[in-house]
Amino acid sequence: MLLEVRDLHVEFRTREGVVNAVNGVSYEVDAGETLAVLGESGSGKSVTAQAIVGILDVPPGRIGGGEVLFKGQDLLKLKEDERRKVRGAGMAMIFQDALSSLNPVLSVGQQLGEMFVVHRGMSHKDAKARAVELMDRVRIPAARERVGQYPHQFSGGMRQRIMIAMALALEPSLIIADEPTTALDVTVQAQVMDLLAELRRELHMGLILITHDLGVVADVADRIAVMYAGKIVETAPVHDIYKAPAHPYTRGLLDSIPRLDQKGSELYAIKGLPPNLLNIPPGCSFHPRCPRARDVCTTDEPPLYEVSGTRHSACHFWRETLHDVDN
Amino acid sequence: MPEHTPGGPGDGAIAPTGAGGQMDIATEGAGPGPAPGGPEEGGFGQPRSLWSDAWHDLRRNPVFIISSLVILFLIVISIWPSLIASGNPLSCDLAHAQDGPSPGHPFGFNGQGCDVYTRTVYGARASVTVGVCATAGVAVVGSILGGLAGFYGGTWDALLSRLTDIFFGIPVVLGGLVLLSVITSSTVWPVVGFIVLLGWPQIARIARGSVITIKENDFVQAARALGASDSRMLLRHIMPNAIAPVIVVATIALGTFISLEATLSFLGVGVKPPTVSWGIDISSASPYVRNAPHMLLWPAGALAITVLAFIMLGDAVRDALDPKLR
Repeated sequence: MLLEVRDLHVEFRTREGVVNAVNGVSYEVDAGETLAVLGESGSGKSVTAQAIVGILDVPPGRIGGGEVLFKGQDLLKLKEDERRKVRGAGMAMIFQDALSSLNPVLSVGQQLGEMFVVHRGMSHKDAKARAVELMDRVRIPAARERVGQYPHQFSGGMRQRIMIAMALALEPSLIIADEPTTALDVTVQAQVMDLLAELRRELHMGLILITHDLGVVADVADRIAVMYAGKIVETAPVHDIYKAPAHPYTRGLLDSIPRLDQKGSELYAIKGLPPNLLNIPPGCSFHPRCPRARDVCTTDEPPLYEVSGTRHSACHFWRETLHDVDN
Repeated sequence: MPEHTPGGPGDGAIAPTGAGGQMDIATEGAGPGPAPGGPEEGGFGQPRSLWSDAWHDLRRNPVFIISSLVILFLIVISIWPSLIASGNPLSCDLAHAQDGPSPGHPFGFNGQGCDVYTRTVYGARASVTVGVCATAGVAVVGSILGGLAGFYGGTWDALLSRLTDIFFGIPVVLGGLVLLSVITSSTVWPVVGFIVLLGWPQIARIARGSVITIKENDFVQAARALGASDSRMLLRHIMPNAIAPVIVVATIALGTFISLEATLSFLGVGVKPPTVSWGIDISSASPYVRNAPHMLLWPAGALAITVLAFIMLGDAVRDALDPKLR
């Protein structure tokens, strides 16, 4: 297994109290596999990723417990300078907004080349040649002419390609993409996602795709982990989830996608708001918004029930939820 | 299933995006008038950084051109004063004391019978040296301390902030009178040291604030996520983005440092004779301003023009580096 996250807890200390952003998340990604982590804003999906990469702001953040096993090694136990060597070379991260993720005073060639200069000790000239290669690889037209340009001279999609090129530079075995297409136009979104999927296949990398967009996920992901209030509520292979979700929250997410065959009818929305992480409801944290909630949901926190060999759901009524769809 | 072979829909669809980027650049280049570098090579325009944009603006700003010509002139005569003044500022003849202009002595003579023109030319050296060296010192010390405090935050930041408060509390002239009066050296270096000592907190505060703003940016996080070390993030990613306000304030401060040198020399604690300084000449001429105003007007005028030139330069640089005015 390439990456195993086990029972990860992350909390933030604020003036109002302790915010429990991640409460026992476990997931795993194998080489060559794409895991999509889905969830609303504030569900803890980005914080989990930051904890894995090791760029959590500490303080106010604090890792309360758990393990992040990368190729069998617990990253949380490493010293900062040892971790730094894993970042970039072992795993890399792609951010949402490529314009603000690129340094405005350095040309893209300098930024791409820097990866080779810092980690591989290359000369600046060789690094520049590699930068052009990378830009070609992510299909930036006229890479040789554009290598000296600055980030603001590129379009949004091109900038995200450059971010992807930077992440790929040292051929890491894991890439974490935190909403890589949210800031892009729909057509460009598809191109960038296709590029990511293709490069992952070519280089046989693991990919964690953090998103709240179910449409993006369907094509590229192998498995999905759905997060709610800092917990995984459902994990399953992507086709199973689309066919029949085993958690009412996943169901709600799927129902709130606009569909062509429902033209004219009202679009479904999950009622209520995500919980305040300072004060997570007892029992199942989704119960105040759940159409299927019973008394037991307000008191007993559901464990991750095994639905099948590859599926898990944290709902007391996963059987009913699954069955519901079959009707 | 997403099956894209190279040359398939993925590639074809990219082309319009590329063309869009090209168009942006073309309009950008056409906006400020004909680009001096001629038409863009390969259709993509020259790389434009904040600095090259600023330079592009500055070259067209008359305030910048005039002030930098004045400053250039001042620098040249402070290095080679004999280029335009053949006399010796220290060879004086009391017989000519307070005499007005005469052939060969266009500005007249001062109270000691020295040639005012020669002394005014030679006086530039002290002013320019103090201005440039003190500004460099203040900028280096201030941005290092402020940058580190802003980057690491916490205890170091709190410590530095209190320290700057203390230094801000010291009145400059009083501090100068107390500290510099015990120094007997007649060179400009004690004055430079004193200005750096009192001046760094201003720059440190600006550098600190600027670094705090920049370090919140995603590109710093991104650099960290790709394995950059603290020093690399600070030196390569944060400082180049945070340095513009420091440069602006330092350039404007340069003018005030020059006038501070004159003030301290006027009070007798700055540069001391035999070093020639406008402050000293203003001081020694001031009692006789009614009888022989020329002794005061020339050094005072030179001082005023110098300070004005540096402050105008600072203003022009500030305007050029402010992206909101673009």
